[in-house]
Amino acid sequence: MERGGHANGATERYEVREHDVLIIGAGGAGLRAAVEAAEAGLSVGVVTKSLLGKAHTVMAEGGIAAAVGNVDPDDSWRQHFIDTMNSGKMLNNWRMVEHFTKEAPERVFELEQWGALFNRTPQGRISQRPFGGHTYRRLCHVGDRTGLEMIRTLQEKTLATDAKVYMETTVTKLLKDGSGRVVGALAYTRESGEFVHFKTKAVIMATGGWGRIYKVTSNSWEGTGDGVVLAYDAGAELVDMEMVQFHPTGMVWPPGVRGLLVTEGVRGEGGLLRNSEGERYMEKYDPEKMELSTRDVVARANYTEVTEGRGSEHGGVYLDITHLGYEGIMKKLPTMHEQFLKLADIDISREPMEVFPTVHYTMGGIKVDPDNCETSIPGLFAAGECAGGLHGANRLGGNSLSDLLVFGRRAGIGVVEYVGGSAHGAEIEEREIQTEIQRVLDPLEKPAGDGDESPYLMQQELQTAMMEHANLMRNEESLKEGLGKILALKDRLPRVKVGGTRLFNPGWHTAQDIRYLIQISEIILRTALERKERRGAQWRLDFDGPDEELGKINFIVKKDPQGEVGIERREISPLPEHLASLLEGKVADMAGGEKRGAESQF
Amino acid sequence: MSEGNGNVPSKAYAPVEDTELGREEGKTTKLKIFRGDANGGEEVEYEIPLVEGMVVLDAVLYVQAHEANDLAVRWNCKAAHCGSCSAEINGKPKLLCKTRVEEFEGDIHVQPLRAFPVVKDLVSDVSWNYEVSKGIPAFHSAEQAPFTMHEEDVERLYEPKKCIECFMCQDVCHVLRTHHKHAEFAGPRFFVRSQWLEMHPMDDRDRLQYLKEDEGLGFCNITKCCTEVCPVGIKITDNSIIPLKERVADEYYDPAKWLMRKIRGRPNARSDGASPNGR
Repeated sequence: MERGGHANGATERYEVREHDVLIIGAGGAGLRAAVEAAEAGLSVGVVTKSLLGKAHTVMAEGGIAAAVGNVDPDDSWRQHFIDTMNSGKMLNNWRMVEHFTKEAPERVFELEQWGALFNRTPQGRISQRPFGGHTYRRLCHVGDRTGLEMIRTLQEKTLATDAKVYMETTVTKLLKDGSGRVVGALAYTRESGEFVHFKTKAVIMATGGWGRIYKVTSNSWEGTGDGVVLAYDAGAELVDMEMVQFHPTGMVWPPGVRGLLVTEGVRGEGGLLRNSEGERYMEKYDPEKMELSTRDVVARANYTEVTEGRGSEHGGVYLDITHLGYEGIMKKLPTMHEQFLKLADIDISREPMEVFPTVHYTMGGIKVDPDNCETSIPGLFAAGECAGGLHGANRLGGNSLSDLLVFGRRAGIGVVEYVGGSAHGAEIEEREIQTEIQRVLDPLEKPAGDGDESPYLMQQELQTAMMEHANLMRNEESLKEGLGKILALKDRLPRVKVGGTRLFNPGWHTAQDIRYLIQISEIILRTALERKERRGAQWRLDFDGPDEELGKINFIVKKDPQGEVGIERREISPLPEHLASLLEGKVADMAGGEKRGAESQF
Repeated sequence: MSEGNGNVPSKAYAPVEDTELGREEGKTTKLKIFRGDANGGEEVEYEIPLVEGMVVLDAVLYVQAHEANDLAVRWNCKAAHCGSCSAEINGKPKLLCKTRVEEFEGDIHVQPLRAFPVVKDLVSDVSWNYEVSKGIPAFHSAEQAPFTMHEEDVERLYEPKKCIECFMCQDVCHVLRTHHKHAEFAGPRFFVRSQWLEMHPMDDRDRLQYLKEDEGLGFCNITKCCTEVCPVGIKITDNSIIPLKERVADEYYDPAKWLMRKIRGRPNARSDGASPNGR
């Protein structure tokens, strides 16, 4: 169906597509939600900025954390709960963690039912590998390409339903009816630049993270945080936005691959970290867990070794897996072998890798109901990395893939219940749609001028500023300086101008992304200024250790009536008895177990 | 504050990457990139500074950021895991992110995949592949997971499962590229998928009829072009296509089975009686 007309020159034609639910994002969470909703009989539309099967889930390597107990029979959801809460430094939404740890095994078996193939134990069951911060061997995996297996399985499952997938389509605005419910979205197709009005009863946000606000990141170009800003603009609450995970091991050299992920599976398979003096320095930071400490701890250790002058030739530390030998590496880590050989001329079966922390994951995100993933806006749901709460102050490796499955499914069920028999799907004022279309077209259609800004160069400037000021070591002075730089970029935003036509024009697409990047960066810097302590991924050098009071609150962000970033301190509700008793005597040092003291970096 | 790995005065200011890092003094490389759309186009030459270890995608993205903001190219992971950035470099399909600039002496010509309609610059319309994929009878098992399967039962499935859907095997396959049999032929990518489905010990569907009649397996005359271009090293012809051809031959060209079919009529190809997509 086509809408719009030729009433006046400014009116754009656009297509109208109707679905019960629109799912924005086609990674693990979006596709799992799509399967759930489509199989329940809803009409489902899925939009993705890329081709189907290319979402960032495909990059996950190490495995899916689930306490199935195949190799360590003592493992249980309870231990997985304890590990996850400890890693998240108790900021986690405990109800989400309970659902997650209880349901993860079922979700893994379900993938197997749909054709996913995992490595096997000698008994013919799904094999599990150790990972940082997990008490038992817990990660179900297939070599080091678990994410590929997961996305392909979900993609093929989705294609076998009636869900309609709109590839290479970008959503620019959520649409709400008079009563404040989300009833659709406006989008454009990247190939043609033509607009689509999705008229729906509900929307699930599954857009992933925002690693692209940093220069050195393992994230693909897509990780621009669209979903969080779209939800924020629609009035939704965000949580824990200050928490950004630096993965301890990203590639360092050559420059073009800087930040590319080196899977934690390398350490899971026994990889050793050493500095330029040959010292296995993790002894100084976490003598108990060593290389398999949590990611926040290992990342800070790697960073510290390099900044204190014990780094490798290209400014990294050494990660050595040579003990596995060529055969072992080709069986357990074939992708890593290929990646280093092809891109860095390094044979990891013969020499160590050079690695350094890389921005990898965003713990914060849209605040959701732990049971059905509904946000604070009716009709808007969120799941996966763009949602916050499950991981608290630091995510455990492998918990992301099971997060996608557990909460993708729950969001799907949530939407099925919400949509029910009702037939809302209100009309949106034509003027609102035309205004949005004009906003989106502005960087392309306005005349060129002297003060024009390139979206690519602005993005690079922003990435450099965030890298410098919102890194894994923070202080007030630096955060404030960073905020100043980001706000200056915000002022320049209206001057973004791109050339070319609407036909597959990445310059125009980047002009949309830059707004998201700036807004998220501002929110991160402002919340990082508020959390005056050391806790998980938030490491304030100007404060000595964790703060007991701050350990009881989440920072909630919401757009205030003036359109500015509003921040609220919200108390975390106490754990119910059956969960509190699990943690008794098992709570780790909230700072992450490292050395304390203002002078120490740790 | 950008001293690299020296001591940084205040650790809250992370070292900022030197943008000149790895630049090879005064050295440049020349790229001739196809600029155009469905109505045609031409190669445009760009000269860019050479950086150590640079891949062709780095060079293309440099052009995009500095010289041609609207240059269309697909990419995602930049680590050869996602298969988005397939294009033709000097006439051969390659992943842009995995092809080093220094592999080439002289000009580097970058073109879109040619077995599919060109959308713009380096982007082709590959949506046909997803239509084919949708038609293939999906995995189905009457058994309830978790399955008991041993490594030796599933070893041979790991290889086809590595496929990253770059569609370069589709691009190079002459049945598609030269003879345009898109309506009758699924292409190497989907024989790879059909192989693991057929050989999965728990799958209970029979796709031989589908392979023969809908996927057009018989059109392949095993020239191995697909195997040569596979970026993840799947031996498509030897390990996927030939075993499938053997299964089809056993089923349809075995004289005894042929006679049985004549007498009994066509066997029901699907053991569970469900339609291809399980609906």
